[in-house]
Amino acid sequence: MSDITKQSLTELVENIKNKKLSSTDVTKAFIQRSEKSSELNAYITDDFTSALDKAKKFDQKPNLDLKLPGIPMAVKDLFCTKNVKTTAGSKILNNFVPTYESTVTKNIWDEGAILLGKLNCDEFAMGSSNETSHFGNVQNPIDKNLVPGGSSGGSASAVAGQLTPITIGTDTGGSIRQPASFTGIVGLKPTYGSCSRYGIVAFASSLDQAGPMAQNVKDCALLQEVISTYDPKDSTSINFKRNHYSKELTKNIKGKKIGIPKEYRVDGMPKEIEDLWQKGIQYVKDCGAETIDISLPHTSYALPTYYIVAPAEASSNLARYDGVKYGYRAKGENLIDMYEKTRSEGFGAEVQRRIMIGTYVLSSGYYDAYYLKAQKVRKLIKNDFDEAYKKVDAILTPSTPSSAFKIGEKTNDPVSMYLNDIFTVPVNLAGLPGISIPAGHDTKGYPLGLQIIGKAFDEQNILNIAFAMEEKIIFKNKITDWWIK
Amino acid sequence: MSIDLKTIKHISKLSRISVDEKRAEKLADDLNSIFEFIEKLNELKTDDVKPLTSIAETTLKFRSDEIKSKNIREQIIKNSPEDNEDYFVVPKVIE
Repeated sequence: MSDITKQSLTELVENIKNKKLSSTDVTKAFIQRSEKSSELNAYITDDFTSALDKAKKFDQKPNLDLKLPGIPMAVKDLFCTKNVKTTAGSKILNNFVPTYESTVTKNIWDEGAILLGKLNCDEFAMGSSNETSHFGNVQNPIDKNLVPGGSSGGSASAVAGQLTPITIGTDTGGSIRQPASFTGIVGLKPTYGSCSRYGIVAFASSLDQAGPMAQNVKDCALLQEVISTYDPKDSTSINFKRNHYSKELTKNIKGKKIGIPKEYRVDGMPKEIEDLWQKGIQYVKDCGAETIDISLPHTSYALPTYYIVAPAEASSNLARYDGVKYGYRAKGENLIDMYEKTRSEGFGAEVQRRIMIGTYVLSSGYYDAYYLKAQKVRKLIKNDFDEAYKKVDAILTPSTPSSAFKIGEKTNDPVSMYLNDIFTVPVNLAGLPGISIPAGHDTKGYPLGLQIIGKAFDEQNILNIAFAMEEKIIFKNKITDWWIK
Repeated sequence: MSIDLKTIKHISKLSRISVDEKRAEKLADDLNSIFEFIEKLNELKTDDVKPLTSIAETTLKFRSDEIKSKNIREQIIKNSPEDNEDYFVVPKVIE
């Protein structure tokens, strides 16, 4: 069967279950394409040899009742994978080989999937363009020298470039949805507490969530069904009734009330984003839903709040990298000197910047003015959503204020880089689920996404809305294979 | 508010990240532009607002204090940059 790598996850699962394809066929196809795609720099570490072994083993005794039978899959290099190097895109973890498996990846392998390798990302997931990775920037399959977004840039590039049928990323302030939008794929950031954080290299613990990145909504729903489980190993994991997201997926969204928040119409937003949004509004109306103008008055305070809360948590989480227990160690004259040199040489510039911001806002004399203030504003932002959800079932916004930008365009101006996440950050601060779906192209032919934000634990509803909209949008990603050797 | 080089040195000490003069200047510039952006929060009056300390709004569960992983010494030591089989090794602390 030709063009295996062009098939969606759902098609591949079906073809393996019908025995039209073997796991070995599929795994070989994705390995071959990945090997020809080194210019994208999507992988940090490949595990191709053992992937092929696992596929052959699967085919000898295939269990076709599993949800991901013999499906090869590469994952973001932020998930700890037992006996496979896990770097978080950092020099400081360049030699780290976990002795345990993250819960989310364990769930995936338990359903029959096979690890292809570990995908590039911004260092410790801190970045919006995948340019802070110690292992180099990632190319967007859409166009040469275009960023894929970040921090799950390698993941987005690998799905859009068909190096993996589907993947998982993590999203702290937009790291799944923004790269999904930049590469023309679907990305879901689940409700906080839905997917276990156990075994995920921590960035900001009150914001981090793992989620699927896929070619279409149905694939996304299927993987969400696999990764969302209650896990006692994560003390913030929540034990709620989870849907069979892919089975219960429906295009019937008649009568749903969808909020359109006026504060997302920001100054300087390109007209094509506004036009896309209007089209989105028309699509949901065509599906029988009703749109209602709403207000989320504290939206413009979300980014400044995020840039206190996230670095504060990061400075605490990253204190563990001291050159003693694992990771990189520099030589020092004494213990303190060893710590300081290890962290100075081991962390990149953006990570150091964020650790310093975090340390400053938590330091004596500044805690109330910054950290406590940010926690209070975070409450106001959450209250905005709580109020809105008294009137509506979901909220529709653009995913990003622009399409993908050129490599190097924003690296010298941290604030302009941070502004990329203006529409995605409020969702993390409020702990809500959000999905980005590809919805059109700008004048340069680059993809643009729309975001649907749901109530907490209401993943099924936003997946349904996305599924209904997907049918109306009929998005086609423009991939020319320019990088293939 | 402005973050000067002295403050950068202080934060670098607290963060256990050594920073040379040239990098300290660049960091001061970056942090000042970021904090200028953060100052926007002062537009809001928040005296009567309760801070959000937990997004899930559930109380953390207690678990019983029992040993679940046994004989994992080797696994724990496995990734250390320097060890002597049983311990992590660090530069000499006591003279």
